[in-house]
Amino acid sequence: MPGSQRETVPPEDDFRRPGREAGRVITAANLTKRYGRTFAVNGLSFTVKSGRVTGFLGPNGAGKSTTMRMILGLDRPTAGDAHIDGRPYREFEQPLRKVGALLDARSVHGGRSARNHLLCLAYSNGLPASRVGEVLEEVGLASVADRRLGGFSLGMFQRLGIAGALLGDPEVLLFDEPVNGLDPEGIVWVRTLMRRLAAEGRTVLVSSHLMSEMAQTADHLIVIGRGRLLADAGVSDFIRRSSQGYVRVRCADTALLASHLPEGSTTAHGDHVRITGISARAAGEAAAAAGIALHELVEVQPSLEAAYMELTQASAEFTTGRP
Amino acid sequence: MIGLLRSEWVKLRSIRSTVWTTAGLVVVMVSFAYLNSAIASRDAERLPAGEATRTALGAAPFASLIVASLGVLAISSEYRTGMIRTTLLAVPRRGRMLAAKAATFAVFTFAVNLLTCLAAFLVGQAVLGSHGASPEEPGVLRMVAGCALYLTGTGLFGLALGALVRHTAGGVVAVIVALFVLPQLAGTLPDGAGARLMPYVTSVAGMRIMSSAPGVLTPWAGFGVFCLWLAAAALAALVLLGRRDA
Repeated sequence: MPGSQRETVPPEDDFRRPGREAGRVITAANLTKRYGRTFAVNGLSFTVKSGRVTGFLGPNGAGKSTTMRMILGLDRPTAGDAHIDGRPYREFEQPLRKVGALLDARSVHGGRSARNHLLCLAYSNGLPASRVGEVLEEVGLASVADRRLGGFSLGMFQRLGIAGALLGDPEVLLFDEPVNGLDPEGIVWVRTLMRRLAAEGRTVLVSSHLMSEMAQTADHLIVIGRGRLLADAGVSDFIRRSSQGYVRVRCADTALLASHLPEGSTTAHGDHVRITGISARAAGEAAAAAGIALHELVEVQPSLEAAYMELTQASAEFTTGRP
Repeated sequence: MIGLLRSEWVKLRSIRSTVWTTAGLVVVMVSFAYLNSAIASRDAERLPAGEATRTALGAAPFASLIVASLGVLAISSEYRTGMIRTTLLAVPRRGRMLAAKAATFAVFTFAVNLLTCLAAFLVGQAVLGSHGASPEEPGVLRMVAGCALYLTGTGLFGLALGALVRHTAGGVVAVIVALFVLPQLAGTLPDGAGARLMPYVTSVAGMRIMSSAPGVLTPWAGFGVFCLWLAAAALAALVLLGRRDA
């Protein structure tokens, strides 16, 4: 049916139809990958929903790329499985119409031009050649479309990879470290693109080892460490659950103040005291009741970065103790 | 499937090694045809048709190495550059991908091989002049077309071995072992086993199609045996491609 194949998005697959917004699109169930005795991914289960940007976070070597490769059918799981819209990726006939992915952006033949590279991909999924020009325009590579890829910079490769991911106008997008090698303008562009794709109702899974990047892009976070799930929560929940918040207090006699507060709630940090477990208001009132003059009383909110560090550090300590 | 074939065709035509390898093939075949025939034409007697044809196609063993290398490169270059992952993201049904690649490669190289073998034959006969063979003589066309078929077969052999080894140099070594070393090894087997096995070994069997001399296997039976070797390599490649991580 060449006629219907030429349509970029088959009508029966229109993800913009109502009712799909909260759909669980990507599912991983007990996903495990073992190389010899080491587990790259260990019993990972999560779902990724449509209409929002899901950040896939973890330190280098946490198993993010391996997980994405298993979702995309490149690597075979040792145990468990991954599905996109209820089907394993390997069963998709023309997957680019459904799923766009950017893994290693340099996975291209250096002797080919950008246009020919994308043309191979377009033809293989029955997409019209005109889509190639459109996505090249969209990612800003139209002027170098006929240049050999060997001379591309990392940032240009990333743009080409994103062009390849967008080729089939897919409803599901997976990006592995998409801002690697991009200049500040490129980073803002990728961030805006992710937000726009999610706002259009698509499912966007973006991996990164930088929380600072995800803080500005993601709505939801899946955090892994050493191949295990550490957190699966909304960005604000994620911060709230962290124990990193505290009250900073300065006064003349910190020891006196500490004696009027619950035991163990204070720690001395140079010229100030950090109080955890009680609110700034309670700390201030306790000081007033004791007649201590406070020079400073500040409630310090945990940053996403700090929450992330705490979580992943804990995972490292947790796992290193084991045989 | 049409889309997959178009996709593989774009891949094949958009890298320069295809052009260079094809040019190398033509140069080797035609120049050897010229030189071999020039040497043969010094003899006063008219050559038998089969002998005159064989002389013109004398570079076939070298040509088979060139075409097989192109076959290896068709897949090993994807592994070297990482393109294979991009390819498998677009076509996760790996068997189909390999089938499309093989079909595209076979059609392209067979066309090139047929033209090259015809050119080599015509150049050779032109040099031999009245001592040469004419296409109407028995076996001549079968030998010329057979040479093109055999070269295409070795190209597919290279593609299968390249998919198995996933490395350019390793793939070319595998081709050399399969087509050139294996017959030598078979020959060293004791108690006449070597002589008995020899006609069935890869290139020995395959090149019967371009021979006019009598042998254990008829030309087409020999080529059939070669195709069995090719099928075994292709099957192994297909199974491993499906199982291995990309």
